[in-house]
Amino acid sequence: MSQYFHSIRIDAEKCNGRMKCLRVCPTQAIRVKGGKAAIIEEKCIDCGECITVCPHNAILPLTDPFGELSKFRHTIALPSPALYAQFGREILPEKILSGIKKLGFDDAFDLALTCGEVSFAIQEYLREYKGPRPLISNACPAVVRLVQVKYPELIDQIIPVEPPRELAAREIKKKKSKQLKLDEKDIGTFYLTPCPVKMISIKQPAEKGKSYLDGAISISDIYGPLLSALEGTEKGSYRKALENICILGVGWAMDGGICRTLRLKNSLAVSGLADILKVFDDIERGNLRNIDFIEAYSCRQGCVGGSLTVENVYISYNKILKLIETLEYEQIKACPDIREVRKLYGQKYFFIKGKFEPRPLTPLDKDLAKAIKKRKEKEEIFESLPKIDCGACGAPTCIAFAEDVVRGDAELTDCIFNLPQKFKELSQEFSELLEEPALHSHTKSGAKKISKKGKAKK
Amino acid sequence: MMSSENEFSQRFEITGGDFSNAGRTSTSIKEILKEIGIDSSIIIRASIASYEAEMNVVMYAQRGVLTLNITPEKLHLRLEDEGSGIENIGLAMQEGFSTATDEMREMGFGAGMGLPNIKKNADKFEISSTPGKGTSLDIIFCLNKTERK
Repeated sequence: MSQYFHSIRIDAEKCNGRMKCLRVCPTQAIRVKGGKAAIIEEKCIDCGECITVCPHNAILPLTDPFGELSKFRHTIALPSPALYAQFGREILPEKILSGIKKLGFDDAFDLALTCGEVSFAIQEYLREYKGPRPLISNACPAVVRLVQVKYPELIDQIIPVEPPRELAAREIKKKKSKQLKLDEKDIGTFYLTPCPVKMISIKQPAEKGKSYLDGAISISDIYGPLLSALEGTEKGSYRKALENICILGVGWAMDGGICRTLRLKNSLAVSGLADILKVFDDIERGNLRNIDFIEAYSCRQGCVGGSLTVENVYISYNKILKLIETLEYEQIKACPDIREVRKLYGQKYFFIKGKFEPRPLTPLDKDLAKAIKKRKEKEEIFESLPKIDCGACGAPTCIAFAEDVVRGDAELTDCIFNLPQKFKELSQEFSELLEEPALHSHTKSGAKKISKKGKAKK
Repeated sequence: MMSSENEFSQRFEITGGDFSNAGRTSTSIKEILKEIGIDSSIIIRASIASYEAEMNVVMYAQRGVLTLNITPEKLHLRLEDEGSGIENIGLAMQEGFSTATDEMREMGFGAGMGLPNIKKNADKFEISSTPGKGTSLDIIFCLNKTERK
């Protein structure tokens, strides 16, 4: 039945129908029916907003358990740069990577360097691109999915460069299989993810290709064990550890980080889906044509604000910011060689295999005339509703409810404001029925009348 | 407002000078077109045209009404505004001509592309204006595949 893979699951036993998720969903993809929340797959973009607000922890991100590691002969962890923001100032990437190896991974790979390469590749793409602007970063899979579902017209403005996690997994598999004389499928690459969306981008890439990653483990799951593994590690030189950090790459952890570290002039950074919707509406109207590049993250402040992180988002955001400032101040340039990147860029090394395709929502009807008629009905139903968006019907807003009714997914009487009216009509019909002479034939036709009328009212 | 069965109409009121709500009408129109399942290339053109028309009211008129009318054959946007009107339509239709103030230009408007842009995106475009009274625009998109631009 399900055409789309989603990384979010609702545990019906835990769900108490509190409707927090209903109100927070940016694409109105949740309905509460019979006291239980359910996701409309077509509309869900896996942003994870519902996971964060659920008071019963009934909405679960589908990440991989640690046990998955045993399926492979060689395992490599690729932590999101957001992981680096989860620890204190003294614990720098070098140390974190060595800590990860103690947890059972054969290797840990610093994605920041690949992020740096991709930053340069984006710069190259911006330079040679001639189509409508602004171009949109594909770092956040929720943003890519939002464009596919809600802004299909902007699909060609998403930069078709592989995100760092994919690129790194692709290259590392090649390299390790040669080095260790193993088959590529025996090498497991695991992304340490700050959010559930990256999981679907692995199970079902937006461009319909195949992911080079084999799984994702949430930062919140790995945080505790990692913290204990880090205990007692030797305190190395701070300055020396700094020298290995790619400033371009660290920027990927926070909103605005790519723009800032690349020093892009006509760029814009936006985070949080509510603000993204506003900005994308503007792009669609052709209002932001003078902007070259948009960095957008569904989580506030970027990946450091992911729902599977541990540290307070403002603290981790600030940590990354301070790290960038320190690297800028110390003029540390542990970045990839731009000439090398240009060479690889020319060889199409950075581009995604497939193509981003739009995923527009199903219209009210396939037939244009019928769709127009249904849209009119929707408006008429909406006019009859109380317009207070109480959510008691299970839909997030009155207008969404009107649409559900027109699509046949809800009944008008699901609206509690329609119930008294319904009772009134029914009781009137009953009293009329009682007043009629109690002849056998009449009772029969009377009963028929009710069911007919009742149906017509729907 | 709503006449025949296969016809959908909706009226949107636009207030002159209300920059904080500017763009709402064209966003609502876009949503309606998507729900009905209008071809996405037409949605892009109609969104741009309705936004330019809306912004013309916000910038130059006191108030205006944009009426959306959809039948299986065509999509019709009619805009009627009360305002200063246009003295010389020929001039207003030229790319680059604008009477926008410096403030408007600072906000990124007033490049003199509004009306020409509407005309460029529409399949049929008509404009009439009475100086001192107001302007009306008829912007039409053919939904019938053969008649399309």
